[in-house]
Amino acid sequence: MSESKTIDARDTFCPGPLMELITYMKQANVGDTLELLSTDNGTASDVPEWIKKVGHEMVSSEKVGEVWHLTVRKTK
Amino acid sequence: MSQHLHIICVTGTREKLQMAAMFASVAAATGDQVSVFFSMNALPFFVKDSTDEVPVEGRFGELMEQEVGVPPFKQLFKHASELGDAKLLPCSMALDLLKISEEALDPELGPPTGLTRFLSDAEGGQLLTF
Repeated sequence: MSESKTIDARDTFCPGPLMELITYMKQANVGDTLELLSTDNGTASDVPEWIKKVGHEMVSSEKVGEVWHLTVRKTK
Repeated sequence: MSQHLHIICVTGTREKLQMAAMFASVAAATGDQVSVFFSMNALPFFVKDSTDEVPVEGRFGELMEQEVGVPPFKQLFKHASELGDAKLLPCSMALDLLKISEEALDPELGPPTGLTRFLSDAEGGQLLTF
């Protein structure tokens, strides 16, 4: 059964949030969903770029106040 | 498609080591084959238990030291090695001059490497120097 997890990488700078996401992605199972919270604006474009390159799924990207909520799904 | 990225670190300042570590970690985590060659003033910061005090070049280095959310360059190089199999290679000449052994270096660092070997491996790939 797939799981969802939230990774709080607020107040860390590039490439900290992306590295956090990648660390958790390695540990996740196929089908799991990860939500990354980040206050680093560059992360909002870096994460979709990384997802596209490595072939996972970008579920959603939304900025709520000062915080980006980037949701991705592990597909392989 | 994965690329080959080769990084040479020779300058012992926070800004240059940070930028090199950022490139190495992101490229390695994205599937690129990364190797980093440490020599000259950059290498002593990778001796076990070496000081965390790295000279800054200017205002940006000071800013990075003040912000707790900036990932330390050694941690980023470690990520590059652990998450993306980046090779972190100490320069054999620099080790000789510093009179230190391979065992004295951080465990993430690979075998002492000479210029000829590094250049041979770097052929056809991208090369960045810091």
